[in-house]
Amino acid sequence: MPQQPDVPLDGLYGDLIMAHYRSPHNNTPLDDADVEAEEFNPFCGDRATLQLKLDAHGKVCGVSARSEGCSIIRAATSILSDLLNDKSLSEVEEMGQKFRTLMQSGLGEEADGLGDLLALQVVRRYPVRIKCALLPMVALEEGIKAYRAKTH
Amino acid sequence: MTTGAAFDVNKVRGDFPLLKQQVNGNPLIYLDNGATSQKPQSVIDAIVRYYTTTNSNVHRGVHTLSQLATEDYEGARAKIRKFINAGEDREIIFTRNTTEGINLVAHSYARHNVGPGDDIIVSNMEHHSNIVPWQMLCEEKGANLRVVPIDDTGELLMDEYEKMLGPRTKLVSITHVSNALGTILPAAKIVQMAHAHGAAVLLDGAQAVPHMPVDMKELDCDFYAFSGHKLFGPTGIGILYGKAEFLEAMPPFMGGGDMIKSVTFEKTIYNDLPYKFEAGTPDIAGAIALGAAVDYVSNLGFDQITAHEEELLRYGTEALSSIAGVKLIGTAAHKAGILSFVMDKAHPHDIGTILDEQGIAIRTGHHCAQPVMQRFQIPATARASLAFYNTKEDIDALVKGIDRVLEVFS
Ligand SMILES: Cc1ncc(COP(=O)(O)O)c(C=O)c1O
Repeated sequence: MPQQPDVPLDGLYGDLIMAHYRSPHNNTPLDDADVEAEEFNPFCGDRATLQLKLDAHGKVCGVSARSEGCSIIRAATSILSDLLNDKSLSEVEEMGQKFRTLMQSGLGEEADGLGDLLALQVVRRYPVRIKCALLPMVALEEGIKAYRAKTH
Repeated sequence: MTTGAAFDVNKVRGDFPLLKQQVNGNPLIYLDNGATSQKPQSVIDAIVRYYTTTNSNVHRGVHTLSQLATEDYEGARAKIRKFINAGEDREIIFTRNTTEGINLVAHSYARHNVGPGDDIIVSNMEHHSNIVPWQMLCEEKGANLRVVPIDDTGELLMDEYEKMLGPRTKLVSITHVSNALGTILPAAKIVQMAHAHGAAVLLDGAQAVPHMPVDMKELDCDFYAFSGHKLFGPTGIGILYGKAEFLEAMPPFMGGGDMIKSVTFEKTIYNDLPYKFEAGTPDIAGAIALGAAVDYVSNLGFDQITAHEEELLRYGTEALSSIAGVKLIGTAAHKAGILSFVMDKAHPHDIGTILDEQGIAIRTGHHCAQPVMQRFQIPATARASLAFYNTKEDIDALVKGIDRVLEVFS
């Protein structure tokens, strides 16, 4: 568990999360994406839309990530979008698995490779909001599955 | 307090042990009464007393405890009949909650009275529990679900309702008070207009009974459903009122013990009202405790309750409307104590989390009323819902909490 911040909420609404919330990265749509992913949470109207372009070796060479909803889903989508370039789809899935474990039960030593996604650990203090943080990753995993089904 | 001289809100708060808590290091400000209300000590005591002194099954034994439990259970029914001014005790059916009451009417009444091409009318501001049972039934029967639209303030469009009524209208099922917007609907008028076309009427009273006197004779509705837990009683117990002539003609909802007079494998004779609709061992403790809740509310009196809540609502409406970047959703002329709002800069989830950190409990989301969210083209709202134990200080805390949201999201 993260340290309880001295000032309540500074953890959840800290600089990093709010910076991504205010100006999300990589949010221009791609018109030639290979992987198309979208996930919707009807309970709060949250939506995450991700697109990936793959190069000849099957590595990510273009990313678009857009989201609607609360600060957590928007920050999570933006942070995730920064970590996708140059990864193969299996590497993306591996990172997704790690991120899920991080959010659901916390990670020990093996948290490397998650980059700024680690900042979202603070959301574990607010269990009902964990699904907001996971929504873009869930979208991506579903999108990758659909891409594989289509290309194999 | 500046409310009615005889109404001492601090004394009333003293009757609710849960309100004395601290949450996240701050005194609890409970503004989620629309979801469920807190319970006075007398209700908690009624449950403890039942399980420590009279616990036994009802309507079954000749022994003393069973007789005492039966007396208390039936006594609660009589209190509730009086509370809603129904004609007879047998018109009061114990259910689990509002949802079960509505489903009972769908299965035992509507299924036998609605056919292909018939209409069931609901409004645009129903809770899902007053939409889904009718969708299921309409699908099964080939009937149509018609939806009365609302205006931008959250008022029902009565002209549109009038136009919708006709010879095919078999049932009108409409909320008495909207849980998402707070609108108080002109229920007696709605009933009268439906009856003029020969249609039966069910009112969803879940959000009405905690806030205002409801009178079955005055409303003249055929069915009225509500939940005990929103009326300062326990969860797991609710009420369906039905006019005796309707209930008499309806087949049972569930089969089992208590709802029969005699059973042979050739023929079962159903029990009289209300037992025909109370199959199996009921929530005896819940019913008795709901009786205690009704006693508590009746002792306070709705004169005082509504005066206090109206004053709070006026105060809260004014306070929230004056904050730039906050928009109230639901501004009908007649409202119960519900303040639904959205903010330009912050999503309702973020509002809810930031308020929670300050010990303020509100509800965020679509409030199980997605069609009304669609009507206002928003995914969700933040909703503060009042009870008679709330104070102006609670509203002040809410305003301060919203200021904090604005700070974080500036
Ligand atoms: C207007 C309305 N109808 C029905 C319900 C359903 O009540 P319950 O969940 O107790 O059955 C609610 C509860 O939120 C409500 O507000």
